[in-house]
Amino acid sequence: MLSKRIIPCLDIKDGRVVKGVKFLGLRDAGDPVEVARAYDQQGADELVFLDITASFENRKTLVALVQKIAQNIFMPFTVGGGIGEIEDIRNILNAGAEKVSVNTQAVKFPQLISDAARRFGSQCIVVAIDAKKIRKTEGGRQKAEKLSADNWEVFINGGRTPTGIDALAWAEKVARLGAGEILLTSMDFDGTKDGYDLELTKAVTGKVDIPVIASGGAGSLEDFYNVFAQAGADAALAASLFHYQEFSVKQVKNYLKERGVAVRL
Amino acid sequence: MKIAIIDYGMGNIHSVAKAVALFGARPVITNKKNEISSCDKMVLPGVGAFDDAVLELEKQDLISVIKEQVDQKKAFLGICLGLQLLFESSQEAKIKRGLGILSGRVVKFRPESGLKVPHMGWNDLKVVAGNCPLLDGITGNSQVYFCHSYYPDPADKSAIAATTHYGLEFASVLWKDNVYGAQFHPEKSQATGLKMIKNFVERC
Repeated sequence: MLSKRIIPCLDIKDGRVVKGVKFLGLRDAGDPVEVARAYDQQGADELVFLDITASFENRKTLVALVQKIAQNIFMPFTVGGGIGEIEDIRNILNAGAEKVSVNTQAVKFPQLISDAARRFGSQCIVVAIDAKKIRKTEGGRQKAEKLSADNWEVFINGGRTPTGIDALAWAEKVARLGAGEILLTSMDFDGTKDGYDLELTKAVTGKVDIPVIASGGAGSLEDFYNVFAQAGADAALAASLFHYQEFSVKQVKNYLKERGVAVRL
Repeated sequence: MKIAIIDYGMGNIHSVAKAVALFGARPVITNKKNEISSCDKMVLPGVGAFDDAVLELEKQDLISVIKEQVDQKKAFLGICLGLQLLFESSQEAKIKRGLGILSGRVVKFRPESGLKVPHMGWNDLKVVAGNCPLLDGITGNSQVYFCHSYYPDPADKSAIAATTHYGLEFASVLWKDNVYGAQFHPEKSQATGLKMIKNFVERC
């Protein structure tokens, strides 16, 4: 049976891991290869590397890093952050990543998704969606005209720029354009440790027939169970929870197994 | 032992090269005919679209050398798209036919009854051919990493060495004489995958 996946996410800046990984016993907690190896040993199913520098000059550093990771860690990983050119996608895939994740550039130029899917296959194109719930303002009018109440709006540029685009409609559109997976981050829940946004995740998994990775809000073992059992997620991503060793990937998977979720142990 | 990692610009060569080196073989990353034919074994990786991959192989004039080396009974391992290319045709292809080294075709998963496509993640291997050298020591409950929307449908069912269930039972490991293929990524499947690479180096 296809297992539900647990995915640690690492932020990368200038080829180094940032937002402190606090593992004991690592010689260099800023070395992406060493951190990846530690997660490999914990039984992580995949890794996501998010390049937060994402400037043109750093592209070569990133490609070199991808190659180094692929030569040292025999597990699948996705690379994202500021990717907007077919050539970037090709270089990162050829360097050894399984998947490339696109976000802002896909919103600005949706054809990037269809072009990339045609060239490299849907299976390696992940579209990351950062979504935030729209609440009615006092006058009863909505913030963005295109959006209905109780919907979510897509944000770009690392969550700084609202787009007026409905997140569910966007999810359907990216699937239609050929995305192979959606990495769905709830901006409302991210960093709260209150659990994944079950409502948002369920709404998206109900709309598309491609896999969905839920992201943002994991704080307890039960949160992982809920996002799989109640919201239909295919994978759950977390960062600080794992980096600060509140739980190991193994602990999460053992817990899920006990509760009857198919995981790989 | 030298193993050619055929580098035609489609997909990950580094993990495979490093993995074969772990087990004492010398990987030769190349798209040159004479280098390929001077190796003892070959690996054809592949990420991308079927048509593009065939076009690249044609452009770099690699198809004849692959067929020639396979005819000479050199061990050959196709990975993911590198396996699919061995078949006669693919539903993904609009203009190109495959290499026809294995009979049959490549078909698409159908997103019916809640089946999500691509088939993405870790799934079980059911070993059908217990004597397949590539699968030596691989137990029934091993999981490997898949990332694909199309799967092989061989005409010759005796070439199926292992299957995986996803909506239906499909061929995930192929084996015919000196030709081996994995629909998943052994080079990304941690210990289980590395065991298969070791088998390819030592037993195939």
